[in-house]
Amino acid sequence: MLDTLILSRIQFATNISFHILFPVITIALSWFLLFFKVRFVQTNDPVWMRAYRFWVKIFALTFALGVVSGITMSFQFGTNWPKFMETVGNIAGPLLGYEVLTAFFLEAGFLGIMLFGINRVSPLVHTLSTFIVAFGTTLSAFWILALNSWMHTPQGYEMRDGVAFPIDWLAIIFNPSFPYRFTHMLIASGLTAAFLIAGISAYRLLKGDDKRAPKLTLKIALTVAAILAPAQALVGDFHGLNTLEHQPQKVAAMEGIWHTEKGAPLLLFALPDAAAKTNHFEIGIPNMASLILTHDLNGEIKGLNEFEGNHPPVMPVFFSFRIMVGLGLLMLFVAWTGRIQLWRKNKLSPWVLKTLLFMTFSGWVATLAGWYVTEIGRQPWLVTGVLSVKDAATDIASSNVGLSLIAYLILYTVLMIAYLHTIFTMAGRAVEIEEISDDEITKPIITSAIEGIK
Amino acid sequence: MFEANTLAVIFVALMGFSILLYAILDGYDLGVGILLPLKQEDNSDTMIASIGPFWDANETWLVLAIGLLLIAFPAAHSYIFKELYLPTAVLLISLVLRGVAFDFRAKAAFSHKPTWNKVFKIGSLLASMSQGYMLGMYVMGFESTFAAYSFSLLSALGVAAAYSYIGACWLIMKTEGDLQVQAVAWAKKSGLICFIGILAVSVINPIINPNVFDRWFESSNMLLLLPLPLICFGLFVYSFFVLKKLPAENDKGCWIPFTAASTIFLLCFIGLGFSFFPYIVPNKLTIWEAASAPESLSFILWGAIIVVPVIFSYTAFSYRVFWGKVQELRYH
Ligand code: HDD
Ligand code: HEM
Ligand code: HEM
Repeated sequence: MLDTLILSRIQFATNISFHILFPVITIALSWFLLFFKVRFVQTNDPVWMRAYRFWVKIFALTFALGVVSGITMSFQFGTNWPKFMETVGNIAGPLLGYEVLTAFFLEAGFLGIMLFGINRVSPLVHTLSTFIVAFGTTLSAFWILALNSWMHTPQGYEMRDGVAFPIDWLAIIFNPSFPYRFTHMLIASGLTAAFLIAGISAYRLLKGDDKRAPKLTLKIALTVAAILAPAQALVGDFHGLNTLEHQPQKVAAMEGIWHTEKGAPLLLFALPDAAAKTNHFEIGIPNMASLILTHDLNGEIKGLNEFEGNHPPVMPVFFSFRIMVGLGLLMLFVAWTGRIQLWRKNKLSPWVLKTLLFMTFSGWVATLAGWYVTEIGRQPWLVTGVLSVKDAATDIASSNVGLSLIAYLILYTVLMIAYLHTIFTMAGRAVEIEEISDDEITKPIITSAIEGIK
Repeated sequence: MFEANTLAVIFVALMGFSILLYAILDGYDLGVGILLPLKQEDNSDTMIASIGPFWDANETWLVLAIGLLLIAFPAAHSYIFKELYLPTAVLLISLVLRGVAFDFRAKAAFSHKPTWNKVFKIGSLLASMSQGYMLGMYVMGFESTFAAYSFSLLSALGVAAAYSYIGACWLIMKTEGDLQVQAVAWAKKSGLICFIGILAVSVINPIINPNVFDRWFESSNMLLLLPLPLICFGLFVYSFFVLKKLPAENDKGCWIPFTAASTIFLLCFIGLGFSFFPYIVPNKLTIWEAASAPESLSFILWGAIIVVPVIFSYTAFSYRVFWGKVQELRYH
């Protein structure tokens, strides 16, 4: 039987990995929906309403999964990491509290009106509700990322008898890694939602849907992706520089640098070997890592040897980082190829459509990979310099943790299958319905009946 | 600035308040889930439509309550949920299942709908029962004795009945026609079980917990407290008479059972709070021993003072938007 610490870590990682899949879609999708709604109000062109209606259903489903998996998260801090709250609860608590008070209630309060209220409130109030939901999801990302960034780069507190006390809340919230993490996360959400919209729209087109809505949403999604992908690479670079300053051991693991060196190469591929403290099968670009990280071809980068016994495991950090960056570059390439094709020929070739379909959930993979870099790269610390992971673990019997972990794993597998299945079923159904004539747009109920939605 | 001891009292009051709101609000929507009939030609769409716009906001009160416990009394949070680890897992999994069933049933292929209805019903039932079980274990001070387990099982049934009762009352208020008639029948049945449950808990609790006994039967307290059970009893009797006459002409009085049920929840809650205050973990940890740093508590209190009234106003707005009898629920 595995011990409680390992099981707690697996359980926490499983739950949060499952949870983040849904917020990462809803945060940006809500802004897309607001855009569709505002365009509809401006132009009165029914195609915007159809786009809104199709995507609001996917939003509702995703949001529901985000909420219920989030409720699980809020029980976890106390159960699996009691020492976490005992040591840094004075700081983590209020940040979590503000998230609930300002963000969760806001989202939940206006979600009902956004989803079901279109016939009951004025168009303005409905648009406003959509805005408030979008704002709420972003605000909740703000608070939770403030907390998470504080755990990476803590400041604005003092330790008294082994317990952290807040002294400057602004310093706590706007800690050094927060601006980078928040921006990077919001763009990650934008890319994830954009590729989801592009992928599902491509699926509809491939199935022979020749209505205007999927073409329009595909174009918007590609445009957004083409803008965000380079921005993400840029922000990611700044993020890395900031990490180099505050958590150099994480960067050493990301880059696979075992010994401090000048003019370090940028490794495209390698197989890190923790026992021999070296890499096998290295393929790299000479001096590139030094150039990127220190802006000097011969700049010195600290190796893992400087953090003996106090650095993260290299293999997962190293590979996750490459998966994220690799996908980021692929996204950039695909988004630009597609956008240029649209611009030139006003239509996409089948292979671009197929690539987009294939990349429907690429945002999920990149997001998870990014979080694994960040979180595993923080090991052995839970809160850098304040609390280590093993000191925070619970003393619940490992059989209990194991039992609940198995239950969660089964549950998540089933839900994931149901979620994917439902999304593609909905897309398939949207292909079959007839284009609705324009005058019906004022009677939303009739159109929804035709679309087979309830 | 508030003083540390006052802050602990304010926060336990805030937490109690959100638990109470949770019990009433999510209580009715869990109750509607428990009552969901599984036959094909039924009213399940209307029943679910009656809670559709609200369930998410209702569950947020649970998040707030647990959040406040975590923020203000972290030691109690880890103590309680370590003791209740497995029932908590059951609660969370059931809440997940019913939350997603709500959305999947509307969107999945038509043939899957009965399955998601089943998941919704069973999830609601299990979530209610695990809450009841946790409440029972809490009242029994987390003992691992046969008496404690039996009491907790009883409490599990009691809470499920109480939620069905308030759920049925909600349906009486929000629906019409044969569903309303059916809801009245449900309310009568589950109301009776709920009444018996409350009676049983009120008798057993002081017998098992000497501290609770002393508290209630101390002569100076008794007079003050007597109205609590009396009003509760009175409300039950009154509701039974009202239910007999429902549904009435012009739907007169359709809101009375729900109001009565909410008041009963309130009274029971006050009774429970009175039994244990100032303990946050019965007989083990007081709120003052468990409270976090005053700096943190006052930082969040100021926020709460500003935000909670705002939350109330938009919650009220949302209830007003969906006021009256249910219409079929559609994503437009
Ligand atoms: C970057 C964004 C992000 C991250 C890192 C997290 N969450 Fe989250 N969470 C959201 C973004 C979000 C959201 C966008 O606000 C959600 C998702 C969908 C939704 O309904 O709200 C949400 C829902 C959500 C809910 C349900 C809210 C409700 O009732 O409406 C809870 C309790 C949590 N989360 C708790 C957590 C905890 C304890 C986390 C960390 C350990 C966490 N979330 C990470
Ligand atoms: C949302 C995306 C996130 C993902 C995918 C994620 C992923 C992970 C993973 C994989 C681990 C395990 C690392 C290991 O044990 O080697 C971990 C640990 C942890 N993370 Fe995150 N995390 C996320 C966000 C957060 C946030 C927002 C917080 C807090 C505010 C947080 C707090 C923690 C804690 C307390 C641990 C436990 C200690 C540990 O096991 O290392 N995480 N996370
Ligand atoms: C294309 C070039 C990219 C670069 C250079 C880059 C860089 C980085 C770096 C250095 C980190 C680690 C931050 C830390 O030290 O804690 C990180 C984390 C992360 N990345 Fe990327 N990234 C890129 C693309 C992407 C893409 C395409 C996505 C998702 C769609 C993504 C999502 C994330 C997430 C969710 C995290 C964890 C949260 C955080 O710490 O910001 N990244 N990224």
